[in-house]
Amino acid sequence: MFSHVPLLGWLLGAAIAVSLEHFLGTSLALALGLPKIPVLFGFVIMLKKPVLIPGAILYVLLIYFLSIGVTARLSASPANRLAAKLLSLPPWFSVAVHLGLLYATLHMWSGMSAYRVITLKLTLIAVMVTLSLNVINGYMGEFSCSHPGFMALGAYGASVFTVVLFVNDRLFGPSLLPAALAPFMFPVALIVGGMVAALGALAIAIPSFKTRGDYLAIISLAFMFIVKSMIENLEVVGGPRGLSSQPDCANLPTVFLWTVACVWIINNFVRSTLGKALNAVRDEETAASAMTVNTRRTKMVAFLFGAFWAGVAGGLFAHVLRYVNPSTFGIQKLAEVLAMVYFGGLNSVYGSIVGAVGLSLLSEALRPLEILKWIIIPLLLILLMIFRPTGLIAFKEFNVKNLIAPKQKREEEM
Amino acid sequence: MALLRVEKMGHDFGGLRAVNNYNLEVESTQVRGLIGPNGAGKTTVFDLISGIYSPTEGSIVLDGKSIVGLQPHQIAAMGLGRTFQNLRLWRHMTVLEHVKMARYSKISYGLIGAFFGTPRRKREEEEIEEKARGLLDLMGIGRFADQVVVNLPYGAQRRVELARALATEPKILFLDEPTAGMNPEELVQMMEIIRLIHKELGLSIFLIEHRMKMVMELCEIVQALVFGEVIAEGTPEEIQNDSKVIDAYLGREAVH
Ligand SMILES: Nc1ncnc2c1ncn2[C@@H]1O[C@H](COP(=O)(O)OP(=O)(O)O)[C@@H](O)[C@H]1O
Ligand SMILES: [Mg+2]
Repeated sequence: MFSHVPLLGWLLGAAIAVSLEHFLGTSLALALGLPKIPVLFGFVIMLKKPVLIPGAILYVLLIYFLSIGVTARLSASPANRLAAKLLSLPPWFSVAVHLGLLYATLHMWSGMSAYRVITLKLTLIAVMVTLSLNVINGYMGEFSCSHPGFMALGAYGASVFTVVLFVNDRLFGPSLLPAALAPFMFPVALIVGGMVAALGALAIAIPSFKTRGDYLAIISLAFMFIVKSMIENLEVVGGPRGLSSQPDCANLPTVFLWTVACVWIINNFVRSTLGKALNAVRDEETAASAMTVNTRRTKMVAFLFGAFWAGVAGGLFAHVLRYVNPSTFGIQKLAEVLAMVYFGGLNSVYGSIVGAVGLSLLSEALRPLEILKWIIIPLLLILLMIFRPTGLIAFKEFNVKNLIAPKQKREEEM
Repeated sequence: MALLRVEKMGHDFGGLRAVNNYNLEVESTQVRGLIGPNGAGKTTVFDLISGIYSPTEGSIVLDGKSIVGLQPHQIAAMGLGRTFQNLRLWRHMTVLEHVKMARYSKISYGLIGAFFGTPRRKREEEEIEEKARGLLDLMGIGRFADQVVVNLPYGAQRRVELARALATEPKILFLDEPTAGMNPEELVQMMEIIRLIHKELGLSIFLIEHRMKMVMELCEIVQALVFGEVIAEGTPEEIQNDSKVIDAYLGREAVH
């Protein structure tokens, strides 16, 4: 029934649903006996006040499922025609239209509450972290544990950059440049953060990839702890109390654009023959080197590349919360990121997006359960590992062309 | 001048003398054979020359340049292509991706191209895809191009390895028991293919074989290796009639 709805149709449906919520959400919620609009698809309300479950379910069904379903179904043929027309234009244009629609939807959805904004931003950042770890643990097939460390380096690198330049700060003294410049220099700050992380990665890569063997897991785990305790002991950046007063640069469009850039660049990389060399090195290293693949360089580049994006994500993270402290980047963060990678699926851009979004939302939704949450999520992961050991969507190519294409062809052929 | 010259090469695995005083000279477009019982050290000879192991002693000169101590990928890029006795394919990659991968050292779009999908990368990827498809057609496995390699029949997998090795544009091709585990029909086909690539591409071939029939029909000069030492070298007829070879090798295993 929905097989011929193109992506454009689904996005249109989502946009309509979100607009409906914007205009009618509050009255519908009150009519259904809910105190206010369910902020995260009703999960939180349901877990807190079981009497409200029917109302919350009805709300979600009406606002989201019904309106998305109906719009997608009804708009299928015009959406297909539009998608076909877009496809005849330069591809970037069609991609921009899709992304624009997606952004508008997310913007409107998150505009309903500050909680939604922060959840959305952190989810987008989780996508970047997960995907960049998948490059190392999935595409390259090594087992790296240092991603929280790279995030920490990126977070502190970018924060020090912006705080020194643009903020009158207790730790670093008066600002060097007018604060109005901060948003323009923010990309530079993030790249600096990424570079710092990549530099840290070099310290792991040189000893780990010199010889074959499974040193990486141990060395990278040690690296994560070293970074954490180094920052804890570094009083210039606030030590264990952390670093705050980052300028407010990480608004939703900025985080969204960086996430898109990250997904785009990583996806480009893993689909190129140079990037596929990661798979060759993983599956059969001797054969890779006999086929002219420089295996050491391949591993180093991928490792530094993954670390760079974890650093950028860390920089965004610090500026979203406008506060970082070293204890954020410990073993719990590592468990979270690893879970997202393996839950979503190895060697898969789709998988990492699904894993990061799925687990971020699940983790937020189950927050009212408090300690029980840390039993339910691992349990889910164990079940997944039993029934789908490679994760939800492993080894799936992410093909933008197919994604945005109209979906009517298949019917005509039949 | 010989395309490949190996002199006094020797190698120890711990205490085990796997190869001793090994000498070889391969002229361009020559087809050479290496026979010997299991465990004689034939594969080790290949691994030493192609750089997987570094020989304990001796010199190896490929096309006028010493390659001792170079990395396997450097030696491969200098024109030494090879296959493996036990297929070493990349189990998650398609047939086409296998052959494209062997162009790695010739890719010039660099990381910028890989990250940002530049027009140059698009052009270059299309070029290597076209070359790869050409090689697959030459091997008669063009129809498998987009399949994951583990789904192919065994004989076709062997050909993927061959196509992949050829994609590196070797001057000399090392084939390690290319017919291992094949039935008689596949064997005849593989022999045809080896003849074909020798004729079409005009490269030197150095062949390890277990089956006498292959060696007799394909090779100009054959070495017999026993316990890491060459005990005889000559034309297939000479080798077949050499008393030492008959004692050490043919005497124990019937001639195929
Ligand atoms: N990596 C290695 N480490 C130790 N011994 C090895 C290694 N590779 C091969 N050998 C030994 O070297 C000898 C020659 O092996 P190989 O070259 O594979 O023989 P062939 O290819 O002629 O059957 C055998 O005794 C084998 O056990
Ligand atoms: Mg062997």
